[in-house]
Amino acid sequence: MTKHLDPRATDLSRRDFLGTAAGLTFALTVAPDPLALIHEDPSGVALADGPLSPNVWITIATDDTITIVSPAAEMGQGTFTTLPAVIADELDADWSKVKPVFPSEWNEKKFGNPGYDNYAFQTSASFAVRGYFRAMRVAGAQARRVLLDAVATKWGVPAAELSTEPSVVVHKATNRHISYGEIAAFAKAPAELPKIEDKDLKTPADFRYIGKDLPRVEVPLKVTGAAKYGIDAQVPGMVYASVLQSPYPGGRPETVDETRARQVPGIADIVTLPEGVGVIGTSVEATLRAKNLLKVSWGDAPGAHHDSEKALEEFAAIARDKSRDGVPYEPVGDAKAAMRTAAKIYRGEYRTRYLYHAQMEPMNATASVSADGKSVEIWTGTQGPTNLHNQVARLLGIDRTSIILHQQFLGGGYGRRSQQEVVVDAVRLSKAVGKPVKLIWTREDDVTGGKFRPMTAHHIEAGFDASGKLIAWHHRVVAESVAAYTSIANGTSPPPVDRVVMKGSPIPQYPIPNKLAEHVIEARGARLAAFRGVGNAHNAFAVESLLDEIAKDRGLDPIAFRLTIAEGAPRMQMLLRAVAEMSDWTRQRSGRGIGVGTMVKDDTLVAGVAEVSVDRATGKVKVHNFWAAIDAGLAVQPRNVAAQTEGSIIYGLGHVLREKITIRNGRVLESNYSDYEVTRMSDVPNIEVKVVSTDYPPTGAGEDGVPVVACAVGNAIAMLTGVRLRELPFAPERVRGALGA
Amino acid sequence: MVAFTVNGVRRELGVDANTPLLWVLREHLKLTGTKFGCGIASCGACTVHIDGQATRSCATPVSTVEGKSVTTIEGLSPDGSHPLQKAWVAEQVPQCGYCQSGQIMQAAELLARNKAPSREEIIEHMDGNICRCGTYLKIISAIQRASREG
Repeated sequence: MTKHLDPRATDLSRRDFLGTAAGLTFALTVAPDPLALIHEDPSGVALADGPLSPNVWITIATDDTITIVSPAAEMGQGTFTTLPAVIADELDADWSKVKPVFPSEWNEKKFGNPGYDNYAFQTSASFAVRGYFRAMRVAGAQARRVLLDAVATKWGVPAAELSTEPSVVVHKATNRHISYGEIAAFAKAPAELPKIEDKDLKTPADFRYIGKDLPRVEVPLKVTGAAKYGIDAQVPGMVYASVLQSPYPGGRPETVDETRARQVPGIADIVTLPEGVGVIGTSVEATLRAKNLLKVSWGDAPGAHHDSEKALEEFAAIARDKSRDGVPYEPVGDAKAAMRTAAKIYRGEYRTRYLYHAQMEPMNATASVSADGKSVEIWTGTQGPTNLHNQVARLLGIDRTSIILHQQFLGGGYGRRSQQEVVVDAVRLSKAVGKPVKLIWTREDDVTGGKFRPMTAHHIEAGFDASGKLIAWHHRVVAESVAAYTSIANGTSPPPVDRVVMKGSPIPQYPIPNKLAEHVIEARGARLAAFRGVGNAHNAFAVESLLDEIAKDRGLDPIAFRLTIAEGAPRMQMLLRAVAEMSDWTRQRSGRGIGVGTMVKDDTLVAGVAEVSVDRATGKVKVHNFWAAIDAGLAVQPRNVAAQTEGSIIYGLGHVLREKITIRNGRVLESNYSDYEVTRMSDVPNIEVKVVSTDYPPTGAGEDGVPVVACAVGNAIAMLTGVRLRELPFAPERVRGALGA
Repeated sequence: MVAFTVNGVRRELGVDANTPLLWVLREHLKLTGTKFGCGIASCGACTVHIDGQATRSCATPVSTVEGKSVTTIEGLSPDGSHPLQKAWVAEQVPQCGYCQSGQIMQAAELLARNKAPSREEIIEHMDGNICRCGTYLKIISAIQRASREG
């Protein structure tokens, strides 16, 4: 779905320019390749009947306020600050005058992410800064040029003699100054907006905000309770809804006994949904009580028979059985042929289990369908406004322009809020009862109706030639397809490859001449989703564990071995050296083990080192220190890159220590934080993150600590105990069993 | 009818006695700064003070606060100027921010009792509050800063 970004592709060639009493609005239209229009639209609905033109809006008011549209979802990753800061930098705006806003209309032609083929509003895969960066710089630079030209005309001086200070145009020769707000009061639109080329953009030495650290704009709202999330929506006349969902996907309510639920005071309606039963009432407490009194039998579906532990055993057998080919993912050379020539072949098998996003804000949405059913207003925090619009438009049979989405802050996303089923149910319920409906999932609904990171079984072979060179790599991943699951919900056909599962398997940090990673796709009927760290997390666990097993067998230091096979990948070599230094890698440690892991995800590179101890009696693993180095190209907000890396290490630590989802007879056995145990404060090690800002364009940084945790911790445990843990999580009972205690 | 004080204002509400205080605050009184996380007192997102004691409002029937004084994040300070709120901004603690009302209310109870808690005391006091974004180390720094700068 993402396309290769040509940094020169965004070229401002069309424009709208509005001078208003309130000030000046630039509707700077970034014209992409018109062919992109014809490109397959994964959202399933034709987006446009004219040239596709995502743009960036800047409004300068006469009071000097500068409103900048920030189209990405804000879920803690900081883009509500980072993206406007990119525009503000090239505009040379005074940051204290900048007011970020979400788009008032969700029109991909104006505000969509140029990084996606369909310019989708989709904040995932750490793609916001990566996708918008260039377009926003150009938009800011062009707006600045328009201001300069307007002043040059008014003052009768050559534009070349003018310069800018934050939000002020300066003519040094005559010592004259004029603020952007004052310019907005008189400026008129030029017939042609100036064209911005590379040479017109700032050089890094001139950046005021890019590469510096700005306080995040919404943080003050988040310490007073004032920040609004979807669940905080208050709409006049609204009623509440709770939904009893099918325990497995595809289960339709067959018999519904609502007698007792109807008797709860405040219950107004009970509505049958495709895969659930909705209870409508005048309070949250009434709908929750009534929902628990419903008696529903569910129709059969493939997922009803799923048993995850049994299936994982089957996946492991399939991974081992090379007679069944998978879908290759970015192969290099001919791994199978090279393997046949290998003098020595190493083999490793690894397993990971289903994981739950566990975002703190349970899924919810408020919807108000108009009386004629032809329009709808929605209040929610979503990672995917484009898919939301497409699914709701299809459901109601209305045009996308008849949907008003009020985007809210997200109480955690991590991939979960890319999916729209709660929004769609809220719309169905509002339509059914003719009122605004606020649908809130309980935590139990959120766990049992969770959409999980798929469980995986890995079989890897690594072939060395007689001279000791790693010449062949063959990684088989057996897992369900996340892309297949999500494309059904979005009404599109499954893509041929599942990037969500397979990211991280091509290991570009190790330029082995022959590499094959393949996805053997199994279907078991589980609900699935993209998940912070995506395929990199399980793939790095498998890859980096085997690398350590090989290093041990060959008597090599794990980092020295990786530096050798990373020959030709200098960015990763630099990170490996950085974490070796940060962790004082070669120091002897008493009672503690140390382990390393790496990952590359969409051109972002991370290396991490964990220092652990193990209580042999209880099997409890304690991570004491974690050192990480990240290269995400140009670090637009370095402190935030560090915070995201630290946060994602802590997120990933839970997957290693305890977290797992178990499905039996199609039912999710876990139900709340009491039995799905995420990282708590007492689990957290000292964490040191080095942000290496490089000259490459900025890539993502929202999730990149996750993948290096499991592998580094597992390698550290192996170094300490001599015992290799080949499946996640490293729960105490599993560790104790492996240690033979 | 239940009567109690919220952020210094006396309230009388005709709600079912078993209604969790959380929903009374959020949906009846529209004080949405207190968050719903788990419903079983397992995550701390709903933490408020009842007569000064940090309490999980999701597992507190409203009848049990009859005559008591409830403080929510909205009432911790009139203008976000509590030392913890200032420290939270200075340390740039929040990411998604959803758990942070509860984190701050939990931390406020600690500092009210113990002006200079050790790192271990902080961790012990805060371990019941989950932050899925992983801001725990920033939370510790902010509590230490508030303790210092109080």
